[in-house]
Amino acid sequence: MEFARREAPYIRPQNSVSALMLHVLVALVPAAMAHVWFFGPGFIFNLLIAAIFAAAGEALMLGFRNRKPETGLTDFSALVTAALLAFALPSLTPWWVTATGALFAVVIAKHLYGGLGFNIFNPAMAGYVVILVAFPMHLNLWVAPRMGDLDYQQLSVLQTMAFTLTGSLPDAINFDALTRATPLDVMKSGLNNARTVAEIRAIPIMGDFGGRGWEWIGNFVAMGGFWLLVKKIIRWQIPVGVGLGLLVPATIMYMVEPGSHASPGFHLFGGATILCAFFIATDPVSAATSPKGRLIYGIGIGLLIYSIRLWGSYADGVAFAVLLMNMAVPAIDRYTRPHIVGHNDNGSRHG
Amino acid sequence: MSAPTYDLGKLHGGLRLPGNKAESTAQSILDVPIPTQLIHPITQHVGDPAQPVVSIGERVLKGQLIAESEGSLGAPVHASSSGKVVAIEPWPVSRRNGENAPCIIIECDGQDEAVQRADAALDYTQLSHADLLQKILQGGIVGLGGAVFPTAQKLMQARTCKIDHLLLNGVECESYISCDDMLMRERAEEIVSGAQILMHALEIDVCFIAVESDKPEALNRLGEVLATIGDARIVLKQVPTIYPSGGEDQLVQLVTNREVPSGGLPSDVGCLVQNVGTSAAIHDWIVDNVPLISRITTITGDGVNKPVNVRARMGTTIADIIEFAGGYSDNAEQLIVGGPMTGKSVTTDRVPLVKATNCVLVMSESPSVGPEMPCIRCGDCAAVCPVQLLPQQLFWYACADDESKLRDFGLMDCIECGCCDLVCPSHIPLTADFRVAKGRIQELADEKARAARARHRFEARNDRLEREREDRAAELTQQKESAKQAGPAEIAEILKRKKQQSEDQQ
Repeated sequence: MEFARREAPYIRPQNSVSALMLHVLVALVPAAMAHVWFFGPGFIFNLLIAAIFAAAGEALMLGFRNRKPETGLTDFSALVTAALLAFALPSLTPWWVTATGALFAVVIAKHLYGGLGFNIFNPAMAGYVVILVAFPMHLNLWVAPRMGDLDYQQLSVLQTMAFTLTGSLPDAINFDALTRATPLDVMKSGLNNARTVAEIRAIPIMGDFGGRGWEWIGNFVAMGGFWLLVKKIIRWQIPVGVGLGLLVPATIMYMVEPGSHASPGFHLFGGATILCAFFIATDPVSAATSPKGRLIYGIGIGLLIYSIRLWGSYADGVAFAVLLMNMAVPAIDRYTRPHIVGHNDNGSRHG
Repeated sequence: MSAPTYDLGKLHGGLRLPGNKAESTAQSILDVPIPTQLIHPITQHVGDPAQPVVSIGERVLKGQLIAESEGSLGAPVHASSSGKVVAIEPWPVSRRNGENAPCIIIECDGQDEAVQRADAALDYTQLSHADLLQKILQGGIVGLGGAVFPTAQKLMQARTCKIDHLLLNGVECESYISCDDMLMRERAEEIVSGAQILMHALEIDVCFIAVESDKPEALNRLGEVLATIGDARIVLKQVPTIYPSGGEDQLVQLVTNREVPSGGLPSDVGCLVQNVGTSAAIHDWIVDNVPLISRITTITGDGVNKPVNVRARMGTTIADIIEFAGGYSDNAEQLIVGGPMTGKSVTTDRVPLVKATNCVLVMSESPSVGPEMPCIRCGDCAAVCPVQLLPQQLFWYACADDESKLRDFGLMDCIECGCCDLVCPSHIPLTADFRVAKGRIQELADEKARAARARHRFEARNDRLEREREDRAAELTQQKESAKQAGPAEIAEILKRKKQQSEDQQ
């Protein structure tokens, strides 16, 4: 009898890039629902627009590069980029802002570097930083979270959609009635104006740890993140690294000067820290590759987030922290190579 | 009696593979009857091919030497039943590159008449070590775990090093394969007896028998035998069920917490590893005078009707064995000699059972897993690599054909276990790529060696020519010098002599 010839191993892998990316997307669903609950339906419109433009950019670039668009689109990596970008944007964001970010992320940050697997920078964060530079005022338009005892005006679904498409509000409503600075902004400007942390925390939008609404979304993000850890889609080193890098200096500073430094809990729940730890920094393509390297990479991001929040001119520092550490990845990889079994640690062979 | 799992040296990574062993261990080992034809490849071991010592038409007996080992590394081949040599010709064999190889083909007469040995029933403890090793060499015994390194030469090499541990490998970590498990269940006494012979040959007093925790029957049986014999030198060790803990270097690391140096051997760290099957084969030869002419092999997979372990004569074709074991099922699409991780894919079942054949796996075609995607650097491959390589980096350098980086990142330390392939979400055939890259590096090294030899020859020739030229120049200068110093009378004398010479020649 005759048989086909194959290459060992003959057992085939069970996982795939698509499944990996789908897990990430599923893990974000609880957080997305919480986001919609607290900040209104704008998130859904942002997500749709980001997804459409990211997918279009992906297809276009794959076409230019003579690759099959199907394989590039079915790996869902563009969708993950779009979702992370949508999480970073305020729920009231005009479509062209979102589109710019999504297109830059996929076309420039990802495909001009060689596409999936070759990009040096985290595409979503690169897209976000472009928005931060090109449309800074739009990123300040965070609507107030929907909490029972905070009676800020809320936009209806149609009004939100109209704003997303036109960038203007209904005549009777103005931005001041709708939007509030983010908790991190409040903290930063409050501290800059010589107010104490206790005074700032008395402002109604502040919650138990971070800002109201924000901290709940943080919980749901963490839930998704733990699920990814259990499913072994991500490893513990980066989330733990980010946590350590941020919380250790935050705790020390808080203990030394509690009046002028926010608590570690506030830093953890106040901005995009948790999203960064589980979903942004863990992008394998732009992260360090060895376990030790990933811990260092995570710690670096955490330290940079804290430094930017403390000394920088931006309220949150996640995007810059991630991009800066992306630059450090080749050096980290070089110095954290694991010991090969049977080799001396100084690299030479023995025996 | 069951051995506790020892607190052992750590093995990095590895995989928990589905065992798929229950099907083939459900019944005891079956004996395959004498086939009509036996195919004996002259290379069934690492080293130089054995040289046939029989001629076509000659009648041979069971256990008779038919090909004799030649060179410094090799093993002889024995006929596994009686019959007539009908041909010595190329025949398909189970090798990675799937070529034909020279084989001695015997038509069996069914009488299974065995050769009578003059030196039968020798007490091995009376033999000198050199004689014992020589005897082991004559038995055609090679490593039966799959590497088929000639056992005698492995022992000779080991005796030149300071060996303190004999490790018997009963780990059998690869999916589907269960021949060692069945051997340990049914022939534990012979394994232990073989261990005692090996310890005698090596003059050492420590032997560990390592068995994976998923083989409770084998562990119990070995435990019983050890308790009966009461040889305190032999210790049973249960190791965790993780692939590839049965790799030679991996087992050394696991059981003794010593790292075999890169490019080195277990003997560099005082260990000698032998498969449990080899140990039983040594017993059969040294005590019972039966050379290595049969082995146990696992017939399994969804491509056969009845998964089972069989004992078959070397040279029986896979087709004959499978027919005996119950035939192919409708799923028979791939034929693999060896396990699903490291086995060799063969295109025909006319290949014979050889000393290396521990398993015949017949499987349905693996379902397609979608296209190969770019590496996303997830690092799962590095997490499972038992040698702690960075397969994602190696893949990068293999694509770039960067030899120095490949060496630097330890390509040559890759044991080709296939773990990285199995976890790769991008479905990159990493092991196959590494195999190709290794081959290329080897070729380059060979080429370099050839070039170096050629350059050496060229330089030697140049040196010689240069030396000759210098000698001639020196001679000439000397002649000129002496001519200058000579007076007119001497010059006239020389000229006269020259003239005389030319006249003589004419």
